[in-house]
Amino acid sequence: MSNKVFVSGNEAVAIGVKLAKPNVIAAYPITPQTIVVERLAEMVERQELNAEYMYVESEHSALSAVMGASVLGARTFTATSSQGLLYMAEVMHYASGGRVPLVMMNANRSLALPWSIFGDQRDSLSMLDSGWIQVYVEDAQESLDMIIQAYALAEHKEVLTPVMVNLDGFVLTHTYEAIEVPKEEQVDKFLPGFELEGKMDLENPRNLFFSSSPADNIRFKVQQHQAMENSREIIEILDKQYGEITGRRYGGLATGYKTEDADIILITLGSITGQVRAVVDVLRAGGEKVGVVKIRFMRPFPETEILKLCSNAAVIGVLEKDISFGYHGTVYTNVTDALKNTNKRLINFVGGLGGKNISQQDIEEIFRRLKNVDKDTNIVNFIGLEV
Amino acid sequence: MIEITFLGRGGQGAFTTSRILGAAASLYENKFALSFPSFGPERRGAPVFAYTKIDTVPIRNRSQCQLSDYIVVLDESLYDESLHNKLKPEGKVILNTPKENSNPDTIGFDAAKVAEEYLGAAITNTAMLSVLVANTHLISRDSLLAAIGYDMPGRIASKNQKLAEYIFTCTKGVGL
Repeated sequence: MSNKVFVSGNEAVAIGVKLAKPNVIAAYPITPQTIVVERLAEMVERQELNAEYMYVESEHSALSAVMGASVLGARTFTATSSQGLLYMAEVMHYASGGRVPLVMMNANRSLALPWSIFGDQRDSLSMLDSGWIQVYVEDAQESLDMIIQAYALAEHKEVLTPVMVNLDGFVLTHTYEAIEVPKEEQVDKFLPGFELEGKMDLENPRNLFFSSSPADNIRFKVQQHQAMENSREIIEILDKQYGEITGRRYGGLATGYKTEDADIILITLGSITGQVRAVVDVLRAGGEKVGVVKIRFMRPFPETEILKLCSNAAVIGVLEKDISFGYHGTVYTNVTDALKNTNKRLINFVGGLGGKNISQQDIEEIFRRLKNVDKDTNIVNFIGLEV
Repeated sequence: MIEITFLGRGGQGAFTTSRILGAAASLYENKFALSFPSFGPERRGAPVFAYTKIDTVPIRNRSQCQLSDYIVVLDESLYDESLHNKLKPEGKVILNTPKENSNPDTIGFDAAKVAEEYLGAAITNTAMLSVLVANTHLISRDSLLAAIGYDMPGRIASKNQKLAEYIFTCTKGVGL
């Protein structure tokens, strides 16, 4: 018997969190994340979810609170967006350096100034070096499924690294669609209770959140890097296990659509991917050999996957809602490094900043430009500038 | 793909209506739907757009509707001739109005009066959604009634279901 509900991306996240049975939730509301923490508060109020709900005074406190609870052995959740994520920045490094297996949802939203509550991906991409695993989802179903998988990934003993699940603000967080809710016993089978080895314990006291001498510091960082590298394989394994239980698989770090024989590939991140696939189908019907690669994880970065998925294409575009001022979009910079030993033509499209709609025509125009790439002299190309 | 735009003022339930239509199509019929509001801050009384996309295959284009098959106007003070420029060919405006309507591209219905009678308030969203469904058969009457029950709290749902059932028996403004 299927269990379909019609929910927004935010509500799908809240349902996923509920199924993961966290013990402690700490949150501070911020648009467009607010509905997630409101729904969770309602679930706790109605006693459908047996968790301690801490309504704290800031994002810095929210992340600090769940970090403290986690090292005592509690499964936790928090969520934020944009300026809230930046306010968490200090604690984010604490959590990853302390190997605290947190799960956080981030509603991708622009950064001030100009002040904007609307979506782009500049918030999370500016935190790429914080040591968190970053996954970007495409629709409400993947939002729910990845929240559950994020706990299994963060808490895996080979990983013990915090995970951030990113949803495009409004386009995904506020759009309603039908999703399948997994059964409680399915989730319990996939995600056992949280057991933290070496948790804080009065019977067995130890030092956490420590200092280190210059002689030792690098050893911690090597281990942190190794854990992130370990997560590549664990992501694949969890995707397969989750698929066996629920029937839904997402394909690891990056996935391709019609890439096998494609001459031109557009690389995407997040909820714009479906729309690019739709354009690919239209262009394919006209005989054009085009495809799309969806990056699912920005950290760890799918270097090998991108190299393989793009192996037959001569021209690669990267479409992203981000710009690192003074260079490229950050996704583009990472992609070009993955493809550095190839002689492909690469070009960067930056759009959707501050919530600007990316239309079907915009994407068709991008593919037209990729087809005539020799006419484009700039690497970074802003789209949607017309009034 | 069928694209519907609802236009109302903050507090009139435009987004609720777009959500009920989407739920009806995707939970009670073998269709796919996306429902979303015009993104941004919510203010009571300010013009609000809400969108529903319905198709027989999964909908991958999550961008805002540029041209709609139907534009449902909950509040006549928001009606403007230029709305017709945002319709696809053969598209229609479904307008809440007590006035006689002569525009062949517009279906008029006095929803405020019916809503007063069934809900005790001129909240016209379910009435106008019912006018849309009765005229277009985008979804069945039963799916509409089920989705009202799915989305709204019990007592309000049953009042709105009675209102929807009544609209399906009307002839004026409703082409059955």
